[in-house]
Amino acid sequence: MRLLSRKASCNTHGQDSSYFLGWQEYEKNPYDEVKNPKGIIQMGLAENQLSFHLLESWLAKNPDAAGFKRDGKSIFRELALFQDYHGLPAFKQALVDFMSEIRGNKVTFDPNHIVLTAGATSANETLMFCLAEPGEAFLLPTPYYPGFDRDLKWRTGVEIVPIHCTSSNGFQITEAALNQAFEEAENRNLRVKGVLVTNPSNPLGTTMTSNEHNLLVSFIEAKKIHLISDEIYSGTVFTSPGFVSVMEILKNRNYDKFSEVWKRVHVVYSLSKDLGLPGFRVGAIYSNDEMVVAAATKMSSFGLVSSQTQYLLSAMLSDRNFTKKYISENQKRLKKRHGMLVSGLQKAGVSCLKSNAGLFCWVDMRHLLRSNTFEAEMELWKKIVYDVKLNISPGSSCHCTEPGWFRVCFANMSEETLELAMQRLKSFVTEYNRINNSNKESSAKNSRRRSLTKWVFRLSFDGADRQPEER
Amino acid sequence: MSFTVSSKQLLSKIATGDGHGENSPYFDGWKAYDNDPFHPTNNSNGVIQMGLAENQLCFDLVQDWILDNPRASICTPEGVDEFRDIAIFQDYHGLPEFREAVAKFMGKVRRDRVTFDPDRIVMSGGATGAHEMVTFCLADPGEAFLVPVPYYPGFDRDLKWRTGIQLIPVHCESANGFKVTRDALEEAYEKTESENIRVKGLLITNPSNPLGTILDRETLRSIVRFINEKSIHLVCDEIYAATVFSQPAFVSISEIIAGDDGIKCNTDLIHIVYSLSKDMGFPGFRVGIVYSYNDAVVNCARKMSSFGLVSSQTQHLIAAMLSDDVFVKRFLAESSRRLGIRHKVFTRGLAQVGISCLKSNAGLFLWMDLHRLLKEQTLEAEMALWKVIIHEVKLNVSPGSSFHCPEPGWFRVCIANMDDHTMEVALKRIRSFVLQKKEPVVVPNKKKCWQDHNLRLSFSARRFDDFLMASPHSPIPHSPLVQART
Repeated sequence: MRLLSRKASCNTHGQDSSYFLGWQEYEKNPYDEVKNPKGIIQMGLAENQLSFHLLESWLAKNPDAAGFKRDGKSIFRELALFQDYHGLPAFKQALVDFMSEIRGNKVTFDPNHIVLTAGATSANETLMFCLAEPGEAFLLPTPYYPGFDRDLKWRTGVEIVPIHCTSSNGFQITEAALNQAFEEAENRNLRVKGVLVTNPSNPLGTTMTSNEHNLLVSFIEAKKIHLISDEIYSGTVFTSPGFVSVMEILKNRNYDKFSEVWKRVHVVYSLSKDLGLPGFRVGAIYSNDEMVVAAATKMSSFGLVSSQTQYLLSAMLSDRNFTKKYISENQKRLKKRHGMLVSGLQKAGVSCLKSNAGLFCWVDMRHLLRSNTFEAEMELWKKIVYDVKLNISPGSSCHCTEPGWFRVCFANMSEETLELAMQRLKSFVTEYNRINNSNKESSAKNSRRRSLTKWVFRLSFDGADRQPEER
Repeated sequence: MSFTVSSKQLLSKIATGDGHGENSPYFDGWKAYDNDPFHPTNNSNGVIQMGLAENQLCFDLVQDWILDNPRASICTPEGVDEFRDIAIFQDYHGLPEFREAVAKFMGKVRRDRVTFDPDRIVMSGGATGAHEMVTFCLADPGEAFLVPVPYYPGFDRDLKWRTGIQLIPVHCESANGFKVTRDALEEAYEKTESENIRVKGLLITNPSNPLGTILDRETLRSIVRFINEKSIHLVCDEIYAATVFSQPAFVSISEIIAGDDGIKCNTDLIHIVYSLSKDMGFPGFRVGIVYSYNDAVVNCARKMSSFGLVSSQTQHLIAAMLSDDVFVKRFLAESSRRLGIRHKVFTRGLAQVGISCLKSNAGLFLWMDLHRLLKEQTLEAEMALWKVIIHEVKLNVSPGSSFHCPEPGWFRVCIANMDDHTMEVALKRIRSFVLQKKEPVVVPNKKKCWQDHNLRLSFSARRFDDFLMASPHSPIPHSPLVQART
C-alpha cells in the first residue's frame, strides 16, 4: 500500500523547478563581501532590504510595542492568549488604513472584510480552497511567479491555465489571449472559476494599465467568474504611471456595492514586499463577499498571524507619520536602485522591460541565446549561475512563452554588491561577444583559406617556387 | 461546451458546506459566554468560561523572564541589532536556534528520557495547522483515520475539512476508564475496511483531551503493535505533555519506539504533533510542530509548512526562552505544581457534593460525571442539562457529546484558564446547583432562575471565614472554599 498521500509523493510542490534549483546552488556557495567574495550573488530573491533603517528607528522611538506593553503596562498575557481568528481589531484597522494610503486614499477598505493569513502564500491557497473545487481552473497571465504552481495547485487540486502574453506589446494582457486561455480550459474540460493577476506584476515589475483592468473586469463579468488581484507589490511602485488597484477600477465603473461583480473581486495583500518583513508571515485576503470572508476566516485557523507580530505591526502601522514617511522613502530608494540596475545592464549591452514597480527587472537576454529555444535559455542560465555566479531566475521558471528573459532582483543586497554583480555581468557579456565575434571571424577566415588553397593549388601547377600567402 | 454557473456554485463546496464544524451546538456555549461574559467586578453574574482549555497559571513567570531578557525581543534596544536578519528570515527550515530550543524543550518535558533531532522539527500554524498538514501528507481524500472517543471536537475540522478524509471513532467506555483497547481498535479497523474505506492511520492524544489521563506503557505498546501489524500510521498528539501534574509519569511514544522496550516498530509510521499553546500557555503565538520519524514526511511537511510558518519574531523569542535551562526547569516544575493544586481544589470541591470526575493526572480540565443528574441516559437529556448549566448556572462547560462521547452525562470543565477568585465562584455555583437539584433535569426545559431560590447554607458569612482559615482541607491559603453541607 502506498504509505504516503499522492500529494506527498508527487512533485506538484514545484520545487524541482529551476527557480528553486538556483537557490540551492546559491546556498552551497553564497556570496559574502568578506568571507566569500567569489560566491554566488543572490539575485533570485525578491526581497526589499532597502528601508530597514526606517523600521529600526521607529522601534527605537516606540519601546512599548517592543516590550509587549501598552501605555507602560504589560499586555503579554493578553497577547499570548489571543488566538481569535478574527484578528486583533487594532491591527486590521491599521492594515486597511495602510493599504488605503498606498492607494493614495482613492479607495477605502473595511476591516471587517479582511482576513489575516500566514503570508500571501497562505492567502492565495486559502482563496483557491474557497473559490474552486479540485479539477477546476484559474487563468493566469504568463509570465507569473513560480510559487503559484505550489500555492494555487498543490493541496487544492486546482489547475492553472496560462494566458499567454508576449513581448510584442510589453507582455500586456489582450482580449485575444484571455479568450484563447478560456477556450483552452474548455477544451481540456476544465471549468474556469476565475482569473488571478499580480499587480504590480511579478516578474515584470509593471503596473497594470487601465485598458487591461477594464478588459479583465468586463471579462469576469461576462463569464460570471472571480478575479483575484494579488497586490503585494502595491507599495513598491516608484515612478509613474502610479498604482491603480482593481478596487479603484470597480469604483470608477460605478458598480453597485451589492452587485455580483463586487463580490467576485478579491485582493491579496502582504507585508513581505512593501515593508520587507517576509519572516513575520503577514498576509491578507480582502473580499466584498461575506461568504468568502466567513469561510476564509475559519480557514485562517490553519495559519494565523502570531499575536506578537500583530501587536507590533498594529502599533507601527497606526503611526501615520511613520507610514507616510516610510512609503515615500521606500519608493525613492527603490527608484534609485532600479536605475542602478538598468544602467548597469545597459553598460553590459543588455536591456530590460520598461518597469515602474517591483523589486526586480525583467531582463532581455534573447540576444545572448545560442538559439531561440528554452534549452538555450537553460544553457545560458547555467553559465550565469555557475560561471558568472549570479543567481537570477530564468523566464521558463515563470512560464514565459518566449525564451531569453530573466528576472533579476535588485533590492535584496547592498549597492556595492549590485555594482559587483553588474561588473561580473559586463565581463561575461564582453567575453561572450568576443568569443562570438572571433567565432564569426574564424568561420569567415576558414572560407577565405579554402579559396586560397584552391588558388595555391592552381598556382603550384603554374609555378612551383611561389610561397602561399600567410593567414 | 460551456458551464452555467449559479451564484452559490461560485464558491467551493468546502466554503459553503458545514465542514468547518462551527454550526455544532458546541459553539452555543461560547455564544452565551460572548453575550454575557463573567467579570469579577463588572459582571459578577455573567457566564464563566470553562470551555476553553487554556493554561493561564504561569504568566507571571514568563513575564518576569521577558523583563529580564530584553535581547529576546528584536524590537528592544538590546535586541534590535537582530531585527533585520530576523525580519527577512522566511526559510521554511526555521531558525536553527528555534529548532534546537524546541527539540531540547521537548526532551525536558519527557524528563530527558529521549532526545529529539532538531532537523526533524517542522513548523506549522499551531497544532491546528500541524494536524491538517500531517493529514495532507499521509492520506488521500476518502481515506480514513481512526480516533478513540471521546476526542477534541476540533479534529473534525482540522483533519477532515479541506483534506477530504474521514474520521472513524474507536469505541471506549467509562467502565474501564475509557482505555484504548486492542479489541476496539480491531473492531473499528475491520468495520472500516469492510466498507471499502482504506484506513491510513490512527490518531491518539496523549495526555488525552478531554479525559486528562495519560496512556499507560502497556496500552502504548499494544497500539504500536497494532499499527505495525496493519502497516498504518500513528499520529500522536502530545500537546498536553507538560500538563502532567502527578503520577503516573508521562510516557511519550518517542520512548516506546526508542527500542529499549523490546518493541520493534517501523518508525516510518510514527509522527508527533506538538505545540506551545497548552504547555506554555501561548496559543496566540501559533507555534505548532510536526515531528516525524519518516524522512519523506519531514521533507514534504517542510514544504507544506510554507502555508503556516511561525513568525520569525516569535521563533526568535521562543528560541531564547526555551534555551534558558534554568527558566525551563523552574517553569515546568511550577506549572505542574499549580495545575496540581487547581485540579485538587476542584475535584475535592466537586466530590464534597457527590460529583465525581474521571481520575486524571494531566490536562487543563476535568472530565466531570453528571449522569446521575440526567432524567434519562440519552443525548437529549445531556443537551437539556447542558443548556441549564449554561443559561442558569452560567458556566460554559462542554458537553461530552461534542467530543463524540458514546455515553451521555459527561462534561469537560476547564479549570486552568481563570484566576483563583473566578475558580471559587465557579465551584460555588456548581456546588449550589447540585445541592439544590433534588430531581434530575427535565428534558423539556423549564426556565428556572435558580438564583431566586433560597440557598440554605448552614454557615453564616462570618462562620465561613472562621472555618476556612482553620480548614486543614484547603490547599490554597485564603481560599473561600465552601464546605457547605445540606
